[in-house]
Amino acid sequence: MPKEKIKRRSFLNLLLGGGTVAWLASVLFPVFKYMKPPEIPEAVQSQVTACTLAELQSTEQNYKTFKFGRKLGIVVLLPDGSIRAYEATCTHLDCTIQYRPDLNILWCACHNGQYDMTGRNIAGPPPRPLEQWVIHHDKASDNIFVSKEEEA
Amino acid sequence: MNQVNGVGGRLYKWIDERVKIQAFVDYMAHKSVPKHRHSIWYYFGGISLFFFIIQVATGILLLLYYRPGADTAYESVKFIITKVEFGWLIRAIHSWSANLMILAAFIHMFSVYFTKAYRRPRELTWLTGVGLLGLAMFFGFSGYLLPWNELAFFATKVGTGMVGALPFVGDFFLNLMRGSSEVTGATITRFFGWHVAILPALFTVVLTVHLILVQRQGMSEPVDWDAKKPSEKTVMPFFPNFILRDLLLWLIALNVLAILAVFFPYGVGPFHWLLGVKADPFVPPPPVIRPEWYFMFAFQTLKMLPATVMHIEGELIGIFGFGLGGIFWTLVPFFDRKTRHGQKGRLFVIIGLAAVIFILVMTILGYILE
Repeated sequence: MPKEKIKRRSFLNLLLGGGTVAWLASVLFPVFKYMKPPEIPEAVQSQVTACTLAELQSTEQNYKTFKFGRKLGIVVLLPDGSIRAYEATCTHLDCTIQYRPDLNILWCACHNGQYDMTGRNIAGPPPRPLEQWVIHHDKASDNIFVSKEEEA
Repeated sequence: MNQVNGVGGRLYKWIDERVKIQAFVDYMAHKSVPKHRHSIWYYFGGISLFFFIIQVATGILLLLYYRPGADTAYESVKFIITKVEFGWLIRAIHSWSANLMILAAFIHMFSVYFTKAYRRPRELTWLTGVGLLGLAMFFGFSGYLLPWNELAFFATKVGTGMVGALPFVGDFFLNLMRGSSEVTGATITRFFGWHVAILPALFTVVLTVHLILVQRQGMSEPVDWDAKKPSEKTVMPFFPNFILRDLLLWLIALNVLAILAVFFPYGVGPFHWLLGVKADPFVPPPPVIRPEWYFMFAFQTLKMLPATVMHIEGELIGIFGFGLGGIFWTLVPFFDRKTRHGQKGRLFVIIGLAAVIFILVMTILGYILE
């Protein structure tokens, strides 16, 4: 008789515990689903206009940042007059980099990360080089176009 | 609770050595709840509390996506119910639970009133309870505007306009509530602040006092028990008997809430919260503008009052009438002297019945006359 009582008790405990777990799961599932932000479809951009050359030349530090989809880019006017474009997010901890005309490097102010003008990480904590983008200067409109890959 | 075995037992001992909770546990273990034919009413406070907890949880979740402001409020609510997974469900639960909380609180209040549980020594519990209901209605009023749709816009205009009708102080309070002379984006920011910060803080403090009082004084006994000997009083232990019944009711409440939210996510009949059209101050109001159902009796009464009564604006008389009625209702424990001395005060039962009938009739009229 005592043995059977224990069996019944443990069966009830199993039902109660299982029910509680199932209930918790049914509450937490929608909550976690809800907390995950829905993906907002983004128009695929192959090319953007960064700025005009005149605008770039009028800057004090010879660089300008621009938006490329959700990413941030930077166009730089080098001393020899050539134009370069890079992704402007430091590969270390996602700070925004800037151009240092005095040192002729791309520099991240957060942790003194440094990249040369090919985007290679040359000093400081950055683990990877910066992505360099392709630019095209349209003489007629003076616009500087930036694209991620060389057009075929 | 004195045996020290297993992880739980040792943990209990560890805590008790430091914060001395044994006295509290002993107190709770000896606490009992009166058992009689009106015991059912003891549960409605707990049900209101349950819906409040749901409100806090779902409110926090809605905060993850909601953005106050004239250009973002409507859009973000639309985003929640159309784009976010289960967003419609979270909003539906928040809306349903808000209404059910007010309903449960009303039932709780009237049951306390008619069982005369407010009598000495529980005057403070009654006062904090009335305060909580007032805060809850303010919660509802401020939350109603947040989706920034047509209905919310005009209901808020009318509601705050009533405050503006007060003599001398009207303009001051109108601006204080609207954050501007009109209902604008500034009003959303303000109502949002009230809804998610000021009111929750106030509510938590008053609720804590209310619950401490209930625990400290125990459940009120019926008036006719005052003459009974302790041996004649039937009781049940608070723990675990009453707590388990309470939990079972909470589970039922949760199921009812889930069914309503899933099958009627936008309410039923005239009690709906469809998002509808975005608020536009330059468009005239839709033909049917109504407040939430718990403001309907006041809304309808003001509508039915004549424009002027003896050279005084009818609306003003209505507002003052409700103000005086509210003050009387709040101070009822101090007026009802007979019950305080253990006798049955018929007068206050009649007053209570009159109030219930008035509220019911005006609410029903509000819905059929529109």
